[in-house]
Formats: sequence, C-alpha cells, structure tokens
Amino acid sequence: MKLGGRLCCVCNQRRAALKRPKTLEQICRECFYAVFEEEIHQVILENKLFKPGERIAIGASGGKDSTVLAYVLSELNRRHNYGLDLFLLSVDEGITGYRDDSLETVKRNELQYGLPLKIVSYKDLYGWTMDEIVKMIGLKNNCTFCGVFRRQALDRGAALLKVDKVATGHNADDIAETVLLNILRGDIARLSRCTSIITGEDGPIPRCKPFKYTYEKEIVMYAYFKKLDYFSTECIYSPNAYRGFAREFIKDLERIRPRAILDIIKSGEDFRIATSTKMPEQGTCERCGYISSQKWCKACVLLEGLNRGLPKLGIGRNQGLNSDAKKDIKKDDRTKSIESKQCGSLEF
Amino acid sequence: MACNSSTCNSSGCYKEYEEEEQHKSKTRAEVKGSNIRQNLCVKCKSSEPVCCGIGGEDSRFCKDCFKNNLYGKFKQAVTYNAMITPPDKVLVAFSGGPSSRVLLQFVHEMQYRAQKNYDASKDKSLPVFGVGVAFIDESSTNSFASQQIEKAIEDIRSIVSNLAPPSKELFVVPIESIFSSDGIDCKERLKKLLDALGDVTGKEDLLIHLRMLSLQKIASENGYTRVVLGSCTSRIACHVISATVKGQGYSLSADIQFVDSRWEIPVVLPLRDCPAQELNTLCSLDGLKIVETPNGPFSGINGLVSSFVKVLQEENLSRECTIVRTAGKLTPFHFNRIPEIQDSNVPSATRRHHRRHGLKSNGSLSSESFCAICNSPLKKSNSSSSLTNESPQPSNRFVAACSSCQFQILPKDPSLMEQFLPLLPHPMITRAKHGDRGNVSSLREQIQDFLLSDGDDEI
Repeated sequence: MKLGGRLCCVCNQRRAALKRPKTLEQICRECFYAVFEEEIHQVILENKLFKPGERIAIGASGGKDSTVLAYVLSELNRRHNYGLDLFLLSVDEGITGYRDDSLETVKRNELQYGLPLKIVSYKDLYGWTMDEIVKMIGLKNNCTFCGVFRRQALDRGAALLKVDKVATGHNADDIAETVLLNILRGDIARLSRCTSIITGEDGPIPRCKPFKYTYEKEIVMYAYFKKLDYFSTECIYSPNAYRGFAREFIKDLERIRPRAILDIIKSGEDFRIATSTKMPEQGTCERCGYISSQKWCKACVLLEGLNRGLPKLGIGRNQGLNSDAKKDIKKDDRTKSIESKQCGSLEF
Repeated sequence: MACNSSTCNSSGCYKEYEEEEQHKSKTRAEVKGSNIRQNLCVKCKSSEPVCCGIGGEDSRFCKDCFKNNLYGKFKQAVTYNAMITPPDKVLVAFSGGPSSRVLLQFVHEMQYRAQKNYDASKDKSLPVFGVGVAFIDESSTNSFASQQIEKAIEDIRSIVSNLAPPSKELFVVPIESIFSSDGIDCKERLKKLLDALGDVTGKEDLLIHLRMLSLQKIASENGYTRVVLGSCTSRIACHVISATVKGQGYSLSADIQFVDSRWEIPVVLPLRDCPAQELNTLCSLDGLKIVETPNGPFSGINGLVSSFVKVLQEENLSRECTIVRTAGKLTPFHFNRIPEIQDSNVPSATRRHHRRHGLKSNGSLSSESFCAICNSPLKKSNSSSSLTNESPQPSNRFVAACSSCQFQILPKDPSLMEQFLPLLPHPMITRAKHGDRGNVSSLREQIQDFLLSDGDDEI
C-alpha cells in the first residue's frame, strides 16, 4: 500500500494510514475508527435492533468478529446511552487445540471489556464433543452437526443468562456467502430469510447481526489497529466445507469490485419470493421442546444418529427418522443431561 | 461409541448398519454392471449407447434417443409456452456457438415437419411459421477481428442456405447499425460510447444490451413476431450468479423465464432446460458445424462468474441445473408470458398452466418502470438504509436506471451525463424519457385532487 504522504480524505489533516476496503478511500486511523463505529451505530438505529433496558448476550467465540463486536457494542452502549446490559456467551464445541485456545481469549475479553461471561459446552448439552463427532462421521458433514448444535447451544445459554436478545458477529461477507450458498443448494426458503438482520422474533430468543453491512476486511483492520485481543485460526475441521467455494469466489470478487459484497446482500433482500414459501410451520420438538418445524428438531435427529451409530441420519435428502426408529427410542446413559429432560422444563 | 467386538449383536450397533450398507452397494453395483455388460441405451434398451447425458453413468443414450431427448425438451418448451404458433415469423438469434447451432437446427426441423404437414393436408388451414436468422457482427469492437469475421460470415451463410427448404432469410448486421437513423459515422459513435465507460464489466454488459436492441430492430423492421434465443441452462446459471453479484436480485426473475415480453418483439428461450454439455455433445454427434466468432471470452465480473460456475460444475454435474431451478422459484413478472394468450390457437393446457402459475394477464396496465439501459424492471420503494446503496451517488434525475447500470455504465459525474446520453442509441434515450415521465405522472396522481388547474405545463 504505497501512500506517499496522502492526506486523509475525511479530515484532510492527518496522514492517510490505510485504504478503506469498502470504498477504497484513503483515510487516517482516527477517521477510520469514527466512520466504522458510526456506520454500525446507524445500522443499529435504523433497524431498531435494541431497546433501552434490554439484556443482550454477545455470541463470543474469541475470533475477530465477536471480539470486535463486543468491543464496539460496549463502546457504543456507553457513548450513545443505549442502556443495555451486555454479556458474553461462549460455546465450547470440544475441539482440542482450537476451541480451548479461543476460549482463553474470551476469558481475557471478559476481563478486558468488563462483560460477564457464560460458557456452554456440547459435552454438557449433548454428551458429545466435536472431536468425538468427527471421529465417528468424518470430515464431510461435520459442519452441519456443529452448526445445528451451536444454534441450540446459544439459545440455551441465552435462556440461562435470561437475556432478551443474542447479537452475533456475522459480517457482510458471511451473509453474502450464505446468499450464494442457498442459490447453489436450491434452498429457496432459507434464501428468503438469510438476509434478515433480525431473526427468530417469534422464537425463544431473537437474534440480530449488527455487522450485516460491515466488511470482514474492515473488521480485521479495526482489530489490528486497535490492537484488540483475538484468536485468528480457522477451525481445524473446516477445510472441506462447501462454503469454501463461495468464500473463494467472494474474495476474488472483492478484489475487482468491492461493492459486490453489498450488492449480493441487496440482491438477497430484493429476490421476489412468494410469501407462501417463506416460513415453514413452526411447532416444538417432541423430544426436547425446542422450536422445530418437524416432529423432532434437527439437533435431536442428529443426536439420535450419533447415539445409534447412524452418522447419515438427518443428512442429505432422506432426512428424519423412519417410523421404526421413532418407536425404538432408548434413553442412553450418557444423555442424562438437559436434552433428555421433559418438554416444559427448559424454560423456553 | 466405537464397537470393538466383531460378534456384537446389539440392535443399535453401527456395525449392523455398515453391513447393510455394504450389501446395498453390492446389489447396486451388480445391477449397474449388468447394464454396462449389456451396453444398452437406458431409454430404448436396444441400441448401443454412444454418449452420456448430464446424469453421468445413469444416462447413457444411443444417438437417436439422445437427440430425441433434447429435441423433446425444446418441443415441450415451445408448445407449453405457446412460443411459436402458425401465423408467427420467428427470428433466430445466431451467434455461431453450439447452443445457437442446435437452436437453429431444432427450429428448422420443427418448421420442416410443419411444412410437410401443410403439404399433406387437404384444407391447408394451418400455415407454416416463417423463420429468419440474425447474426450480429460485433467485430468493430474488437481490433483483431476483421479477417476472421469474413470467414465466419461465409460459414454462417452456407449453414443457413443448407437449411432449406423451407428457406430462411439471413440478416448479417453490424452492431453499430443500431445507430443508423442518426447519420454520423456509426463506428465512431460506438467507439465513443464504449470509451466513455470505465468499467470492463459495464462495457461487456452494454454490448449485450446493444445486441438485444439490434435483434429487436431487425425483427421489428422485417415483420418478425418473435425473437428466439439459444440461451441454455449453463448460460442462465451464469446469469443468475452475475445478476446476484451486481445487485440485480429484483429483476433477475424477468430474465430467466421461457418468455420475455417486455420487449417490442417478445423474446423466447426454448433451450432453457438444456445443459451446454449436452448441446455440445449433440453438435459433435450430428456433425453440426460450429462457427468460431472473434468475440473474446468474458473478463471482469462476467469472466469470474463463468469460471466459478465451471468449478462448481466440475465438482457436481447437476449444479447448473440446481441454480436455474432455484432461480426458477422466484416470482416472474406479468410480462413473462406471451401477450395474446386468449388466442384459440393456444392449447388449453397452456392456458391452464399460465393460470396456475399466476402468469395470466389480468388486464390492468402495469405500473412497472424500467431501466433505460438494460430494460430491467425497477423496484419501487427505495427507503432502504443509505448503507446498502453506494453512498454519495448523485441521484440521476435525467435517467431512470437500475443501480447496476448507474454504477457500471452511466458516468458518475452529472456534468458528464449531458455528453453521454446523446451517445446512447435511440431506444434507450426514449426509455429514459418515458421513465422520467412515469415518475412525474405518478406524482401527479397523488396530488390530483388538490390541483386547481388542469394544465400540463410541467411536462
């Protein structure tokens, strides 16, 4: 990045220290912080993400997105008097060498930002760690398991913390990838929902994505210049994820046209999808009481597969259990914890 | 959870499941093996297969069945959407590539059969539809092209003349003749227009829009009632992704249907469900000649999308079909059907199909406004956050255009707009003016009750 003494295009006083990935403007550090924080503040206001007095759990993995989110939300909460009670909520999937390291980061964040931390683990909730799951099912569908389990884990953690909302660090790149993925995989129902900045309003705990329009590169830049403490390694089980295709493509796109990321999100918002295809009918899982559009929630289906040594249960086209399996529900010893509790005792 | 015992008999043991799986795959292999050993076409089960369809090993066809399968898709698309009816004169857009070659061949065969029926019929009640062929010569935009283009045009002439009877008129039209009504040197004007664009993708897309305008011009000046494009599944899959990437999600569904009537001469896409791979195979099987034209491969965004889809296709052969099928679930527009559907020539099954899919004409005038450059329908409300639109962009009062054309084609600087607009071909300028008028008249509607004078002095 050859800058040769150019002045910041916003304040015209300080020397430009970086080129903004979103707009390619040459800008100084202070102005970058200001515009970065201000844009997020505007997103929060315009989309009415929070109400004063709310308790908000920030999904914290120790990675750059959630660390920056925790930092910026605390800062904006103070500066603009949102009146929020902020918490850090972390999920321990049980991935040795990856998650235990990133959890250390979150514990440091707890002290650095002064936000109370709660950790929920797959082992406690489901009786399985990701290490054990991967040993059983290999590396092809492991992301499906982890994603499904994490979503529920976040909800359960949020219930334990008694918060009103969960904020996650999903950024513009993530959402653009998801839009593309849903087109590639033929999931029109998800396609219509995946660009919503608030989801699950009619469920147990609504979630929001304050970083919906924030570029991943800018988050990295912010964390780098502010010297924020975060853990920066890719999940060791992810190399084979299909999302990788979309991610590569988006990186190439960003190089020739940075605004393409926001354009993909705009397309996702504008797709003409009949409202009848939007929401599947919502009920509750017969086994654990979590919200579900089928008889059993996806986590229970996957768990059943794991416990019965049927790794493909719930994966791919022929999903769900056949009638034999449903009659044959044996309560395994190791699943004594939360998920085997009766419906109604989980405070949803 | 690992079961170490080889004699475990518990009902939940995964070993039992594994054995079941092994047994299943063995039987599958046996069945496949027997098919391969017998080496038969999967359709007629009598001839030797010579090629594979998109389904790989499971779709090995003999030459006739393969061709009939493709032709069948074409024919069904034509009948189901009432694309070509007896009084029509259809203009086939021919680029020289495999898709348009197959399209031309299929349209010819359809016409040939219709002619045979006509000759054999006593009362001569159903006239045969007419067919013309149009080739848009874009060599003036490409400095290396001049020698190759002569040869290419020769080849095209011979292909078309060999597809008679019934004979077909061929139009070879340079792309700059879209400006013909205006006198000054057309090549110069085209060059000036393209040079005014800074964005590579914008240039490529503008050329595509100009190409469509050329086709429309030829069709309209020569009495054609349909323009037929050879867009295949693969091309449409690329368009789905590139439209998404350019922020054109709203108008995407308009471009990928079988029928597109927003144009003066309706445009139809009968090869929409045919993958490029199969069309290529058919060309080599049937010895259909493909003409190489000097238009280079895409670069910029379009090139990136093209390589992306190629990579996906390599990973999974049916990816293109899935993309098109997903996009097919987006709601089409009211103009995505043949206008005069009340015609008694249209089979009742087609009319039922249109009713079921909400494609029926409801008689009301559309309040849709369209982009002046690419003719895509514009989304009405624009109250979204300023962060989603590219920030300080001066609003274009002169031209109603979609955000993609505003970014990659129209000049950023409002002062440059005044020089740029007259360079555009006439139909775009007209659309620009109408778009503006559309806005004013809708504003007027809202305040109509409070206006004291009836004068039209503002417009």
